[in-house]
Amino acid sequence: MVAVYDRAYQNATRVTRRANPFGFDPVFAALSKAAAITVLVLLAGIMASMIYGGLPAFQTFGLDFLTGTQWDTMNDRYGGLPAIIGTLLTALIAMLIGVPLSIGTAIYLTQLAPAWFKGPVGTAVELLAAVPSIIYGMWGLFVFVPLFAAYFQVPVSNVVEGMPIIGTILYARSPSGLGILSAGIILAFMIVPFIASLTRDMLDQIPTVLRESAYGIGCTTWEVVRHVLLPQAGVSIIGAIMLGLGRALGETMAVTFVIGNANRLSPSIMDPGSTIASRIASEFNEALGLQMNALIGLGCVLFFVTFVVLVIARILVSRVKQY
Amino acid sequence: MRTFAIAAAAFAAISFTPSAKAADITGAGATFPFPIYAKWAEAYKAASGVGLNYQSIGSGGGIRQIRAKTVDFGATDAPVKGEELTRDGMIQFPMVMGGVVPALNIQGIGQRGLKLTGPVLGEIFLGSIKKWNDPKIMALNPGVSLPDATINVVYRSDGSGTTFVWTEYLSLVSDEWKTKIGTNTSVQWPVGVGGRGNEGVSGTVKQIANSIGYVEYAYAKQNNLAYALVQNKAGNFPAPDDKSFQAAAVSANWSAAPGFGISLNHQAAPEAWPIVSATFILMYAKPADPAKSQVALKFFDWAFANGDKLALDLEYVPMPDAVKTMVRTSWKGITDTAGKPIF
Repeated sequence: MVAVYDRAYQNATRVTRRANPFGFDPVFAALSKAAAITVLVLLAGIMASMIYGGLPAFQTFGLDFLTGTQWDTMNDRYGGLPAIIGTLLTALIAMLIGVPLSIGTAIYLTQLAPAWFKGPVGTAVELLAAVPSIIYGMWGLFVFVPLFAAYFQVPVSNVVEGMPIIGTILYARSPSGLGILSAGIILAFMIVPFIASLTRDMLDQIPTVLRESAYGIGCTTWEVVRHVLLPQAGVSIIGAIMLGLGRALGETMAVTFVIGNANRLSPSIMDPGSTIASRIASEFNEALGLQMNALIGLGCVLFFVTFVVLVIARILVSRVKQY
Repeated sequence: MRTFAIAAAAFAAISFTPSAKAADITGAGATFPFPIYAKWAEAYKAASGVGLNYQSIGSGGGIRQIRAKTVDFGATDAPVKGEELTRDGMIQFPMVMGGVVPALNIQGIGQRGLKLTGPVLGEIFLGSIKKWNDPKIMALNPGVSLPDATINVVYRSDGSGTTFVWTEYLSLVSDEWKTKIGTNTSVQWPVGVGGRGNEGVSGTVKQIANSIGYVEYAYAKQNNLAYALVQNKAGNFPAPDDKSFQAAAVSANWSAAPGFGISLNHQAAPEAWPIVSATFILMYAKPADPAKSQVALKFFDWAFANGDKLALDLEYVPMPDAVKTMVRTSWKGITDTAGKPIF
C-alpha cells in the first residue's frame, strides 16, 4: 500500500514539475498562444485594411494630406491638418487639466481623506469611469456649453480683446461655447476617473512601512507624497496617464458634441474645430469615393499618432525606471 | 472600395435588422424620410403582410448599398445626377417632400417673429453680416427689437441632404455663395459651429443664444423651435406648411432633369415656400431579382395611393397627384430579364 502510495505521490509531483504531453498543459499553452496571436493578427488586419483604404488619399495628396488645411468635399481636396492639430490640442488641454485633478484626487483619497469620506468619493470616481461617453457629450452640450459661453467665454473674450497673443489665443469670434477648449475640458472630466482610480490603486499598493517610516523621521505630508510615494508609484502613474491620453486622443462622440465640428484652422482655442475622430464620425455616413479614402486615411494617421504617443510613453517609463 | 461597402453593409445589417425575413423588402439610405417610411411600412405590413426593412444610414450609405446591390432600393435626399444614373443603370423617383426652415434662438423673438431674405441669409452664413442688429436685418423687421449680439451660425457637420438643399438655395439667391462655397451635402463653412444630424443642429440652436441654423421643418415643429420667414421669389413671406411646400412642387418643371432630379428651391409660385426638397428612391432598371423589385414597387404604389394622410401627420408633404402619375409612368422603365416591365 505504502509503495503504491509513494509511486502515486512521485507521479503526482513529476506531473507538477514537467508538463504531461497528454494532459491539459499543452492545450492551455496553445490556447493562450492563440489568444495572443489573435490580437496581433487583428491589429495587423486593421492596420492593413486602413492603409489599403487610405492609400488613394495618400497617393493623391501626398504630404498635403497631413499639412493641407482644406477639407473640400466639393472639389475632392482633402487636407487633414486642422483635424490633426485639433486632436493633439484637445488631448493636451485635457492632460493639463485632467492630470493634476486626478493625481490630486488620488493622493487625497489615499493619504488625507477621513475613512468615512473615502468610500463615497472612491465609488463616485469609479462610477464616473462607467458613464458612457455620449452622456458626457450630451451633458457637455446641454449643461456645460451654455454656462461656459455665458460665464467664461464672453467675459474672457471681452477682457482679452485686443491684447497681444492672449487676445488671439483666447478670443472667441463667435461666443457659442462650443470649441477646442470646451472639448478639452470635457475630455479632462472623462479621463480623470481613469487616471485617478489607477493612481489610487498604485498608491494603495505602496507598503505602509515605507510611509510610516517617512512620517517617523519627521516628514510632513507634502514631503512624504513628494519624496516617497510619487517616486515609488511614478512609473505606474505615467502608465495611467498614458491610458488617459490614449482615451483623450481617440474619444469620438463626446467631442463631436462640443467641439463645434468646424473644418477650419483657427488661432484661438475658443473657436470651433474638429478632431480626427469627430471628423470621421461626422462624415462617414455620407462619404463616397475619395472622401471615404480620405477619412480612412485620417484614421490611419490617428493610429500612427497614438502609436507614437505610446512609444514615447514607453521610453519615458524606461527612463524613469533607470532613475 | 467595394469591400468597404460590403463590410459597411454587413455591419449595418447586423446592427439594424434583428429579424429580417427573406420576403421583406430591403432598403437603405436617407435618414430624413425614415420616420414616414417606417410608418408606411407598418401600415403596409398590416394591409398586405409584406414588411419593409429600411436602414436609415444616410444618403451616401444608401447610394453605396444600392451600388453594392445589397438592398432592393436605395434612398437619397440629394438627387443622383443623370449621367451617374445612366452609368449605373438606375432609375430615380421622388417619394415625399419636406421643407427646410432657418431655426432661430434670439431672446424675445418667437415663432415666425423674424423676416429674412435669401441674400441676407447668404450674408449671414458667409459671415459678412455679423450682428443681429445689422441694418440689413433691421430694415426687413421694422419694430422688432434685435439684440446687439454676434450671430452664431449653426450647420450640419455630417454630410446631409438637408445641407444640400440649404446650400443649393443659398447658391440660387447669392452669387457670392455660389462662387465661394457652392452646393453639396457638406461644404466648407466660412463661419459657425457644426451639429451632428437634425437633432444636433436643433439642440445646438436651442442651447446657444443668438444662433441661427437650418433644419427640416418637421424638426423645428416637433421641437418647438422658432424659425424665420423667408421671402420667396414672388416677394411674399409665406408660412412654412404643407400648402406652401406643395405649391413649390406643383409649379416646378419635373421633366427638366433625368430621374426627377430637379430643384424645388426658389420657385416662382406666389405662395411657394422657397426652400423645399423631395427625397428620392433609387432602383435598378434591370434588377437582378425582378420579383423583389416588383414587391418594392407595389409598396411605393400603395404608399402613393394610401400614404398621404400618414405623411401629413408626420409633417411630410405628399407628392402632388400629377407628379405621382409621372413617377408611376417612369416605373415602366424597370424591366425583368426579358425586357418586360414588371409594374
